[in-house]
Amino acid sequence: MDGKRREVLKAGGGAGMLALAAAAGLARPGRAAAQEWNTAAFDTRSFADTVRALGGGGSTASAGIEINAPEIAENGAVVPVSVESKLAKTQTIAILIEKNPNTLSANFEIPAGTDPFVSTRVKMAETSNVYALVMADGKFFHAVKEIKVTIGGCGG
Amino acid sequence: MADPMRIRATMLGDKVEVKVLMSHEMETGLRKNAQGNLIPAHFIRNVTVVHNGRTVLSAQWGPAISKNPFMHFRFRGGKPGEKVSISWVDNKGDKRTDEATIAVEPSPAPGR
Repeated sequence: MDGKRREVLKAGGGAGMLALAAAAGLARPGRAAAQEWNTAAFDTRSFADTVRALGGGGSTASAGIEINAPEIAENGAVVPVSVESKLAKTQTIAILIEKNPNTLSANFEIPAGTDPFVSTRVKMAETSNVYALVMADGKFFHAVKEIKVTIGGCGG
Repeated sequence: MADPMRIRATMLGDKVEVKVLMSHEMETGLRKNAQGNLIPAHFIRNVTVVHNGRTVLSAQWGPAISKNPFMHFRFRGGKPGEKVSISWVDNKGDKRTDEATIAVEPSPAPGR
């Protein structure tokens, strides 16, 4: 991984961004969970931008997050992806697909009492890195896995 | 009105395992029809799962969730016979809520 870039991201966006995000957006889902939709986050076109839009200053790679998905997806329209986090106080699990038209696919809120695990099926336009982005105890962590796509799932 | 969800909620040890299959087009807004015109985006944006008045999972989705979405997760604190209620709202404001009763034993998967 590009360590330097990560440091810059952290330094640039760290605590201030987090506080801002907590004030602006992150504090809200608890209050009105069902109808919030983070338009800015779903408009992003890169991993780093999505992390920022979700309120993070950066994200650290973690071996405590496991992505379960096929190495090769024959049909990009239906790619099974499950994510399991072993990080304490996992609060959210997001699935990001780097080369889709928009990076963020889904963001799940995991309340206490619910396993930090979620499984779903996503569309992939082409072969891409797929990230599992986990917020645990207010900090962001991720794992990444490349999934090769034989037939893309977003075109006609 | 969209078709009902197919929900399976079963005890798995001390946890409730929930699997749900929703009926929805999940149009991205990027596809074209036979005439070459863009098909408007139409996708589920919010999903909420409630058990005994408590939200046990909520999600925000974009159009990259596959057509007829599938979701699987587990939570603690449920007992057989209790209800699990799942709701979704899409980008056009269409919504649907369905309920399932927590079963004791896992039963065969629905047609898959």
